[in-house]
Amino acid sequence: MRVPILKLHNYLLVSIQIELDDQTAMQFQEDLLSKIHETGATGVVIDLTSVEVVDSFIAKVFGDVVSMADLMGAKVVFTGIQPAVSMTLIELGIYLKEVPTALDLEQGIIKLRQELEEK
Amino acid sequence: MKETVSSVVIKKEWDIVGARQAGRQLSQELGFGSVDQARIATAISELARNIYLYAKEGEISFEELYDLPKVGLKIVARDKGPGINDLSAVMQDGYSTSGGLGAGLPGVKRLMDEFDLVSDEEGTKVTAIKWARP
Repeated sequence: MRVPILKLHNYLLVSIQIELDDQTAMQFQEDLLSKIHETGATGVVIDLTSVEVVDSFIAKVFGDVVSMADLMGAKVVFTGIQPAVSMTLIELGIYLKEVPTALDLEQGIIKLRQELEEK
Repeated sequence: MKETVSSVVIKKEWDIVGARQAGRQLSQELGFGSVDQARIATAISELARNIYLYAKEGEISFEELYDLPKVGLKIVARDKGPGINDLSAVMQDGYSTSGGLGAGLPGVKRLMDEFDLVSDEEGTKVTAIKWARP
């Protein structure tokens, strides 16, 4: 199973709507980086509205993808993290402080615009 | 009163997802709220991944607990792996021998209400219980 990655102007949009196993998460990481390279996208929004469980492995993959994309010159913002997911991650001890987030897709795009204009 | 409900064999990476889906389903049936369902599913995911990473093979079993009016879910993760060398180290946040975040076992303890860890050279057994809030 692959996570679809859509291009909109110079942004990439991703909505994760499948149950992420480790393999799918790693594949997604690779696919997203290739897509950034291929399209020259400067910003990425990854929407997690439909994601009900984020465990430590998936959290690590998400954190890594932010740093990896950053190295390539693209900003990643996560949006739509569910209340239950947010509570569970903090209780697990995972703070994801380096990971930019926004309430929803719309706010995510606004945040990307701001971050990219700052440069 | 106790009732063994089901168990999931952990052997392949995909079994981690299978185990957490089974646990989530069961917690939903037992009347746990959505946040507790996420806590339980996440805890199972951590336990199943530990089995897969360190022991290669094992089992996660679920028991419904009825201590009326309380209802709970007991999760037992068992493997015949090499065991854990340093029990106090694995309960520290950030400790990992596999390059992970080291959130696993201490995280599971925080997500659940009761937690017990037994490990020797014959294997490891983690027992965790969550009680539903009425």
